[in-house]
Amino acid sequence: MFTAATLAVLVSLILLVARALKGPTVFDRLVAANAIGTAAILLLAVVGFLTGRPEFLDLGITYGLLNLIGTLAVLKYFRFGDLAHSGGEEPED
Amino acid sequence: MESLINMVLLSLLAVVTIGVVRLRNLFAVIILGGIYSFLMASVLIVLDAVDVAMTEASVGAGISTVLMLTVLYMTRVEEAKPVHTPMLPIFVAGGTGAVLVYGTWGLPAFGLADTPINTHVGMAYMDLSIPDTGIPNVVTSVLASYRGFDTFGETTVVFTAGIGVLLLLRRGVSLARLRRKQQEEESKS
Repeated sequence: MFTAATLAVLVSLILLVARALKGPTVFDRLVAANAIGTAAILLLAVVGFLTGRPEFLDLGITYGLLNLIGTLAVLKYFRFGDLAHSGGEEPED
Repeated sequence: MESLINMVLLSLLAVVTIGVVRLRNLFAVIILGGIYSFLMASVLIVLDAVDVAMTEASVGAGISTVLMLTVLYMTRVEEAKPVHTPMLPIFVAGGTGAVLVYGTWGLPAFGLADTPINTHVGMAYMDLSIPDTGIPNVVTSVLASYRGFDTFGETTVVFTAGIGVLLLLRRGVSLARLRRKQQEEESKS
């Protein structure tokens, strides 16, 4: 069963990378990158169970946090133009 | 099964690398860099190097993406076309790769039990880790206890480098902001 799940995650990884490479707009690539982070967490969990070491699951939490930080940084870049902006106020233009 | 996962992940890594080389939009290249790090971390997990995977994910996908975005603010989003054909860099990169592949021929086979790293001091660490330090993970006990001062020095170096980067970025970002404002005023007048 875990083997089938691993294969499914690998296939979805291939499709996601194809989208990230082709993606006409930047946002396609961004969503693909975010989903690849999720697929990496899934792969981590499934491989952990496949090799009989489900302790890896803790790492998945950290991966999820990192994924969030990356997406937040990109969104802040789009909103304010630079990451050193303190936020809170509206952009000037 | 493990070799199949490794094959798929490594092929995807190669595909992403080709994409990074061929794309001209630097924003997309940064996102692909994050994807590369997540795939690399998955490879390291399959190889059972969980701590290295952790570092790869946090440094490659987390901090590098943020720093690269900050740098992107100071440059243009589109990469300029190269002026001349990159024959010399291709030759240097190919030569270095060939030398590295030649170097791997001298290595013992992957996972062999009677290699020097598995017969000398490594076994002593395996046996003495728990009575000496009480830490079940041998890698952690080596990093945090046997080589504690070494790790402390590394942490100091990384901390200093972080402060330096923060200072440089603050100055650079305010300069870039000033330049943009000047350009806007010039275009208005």
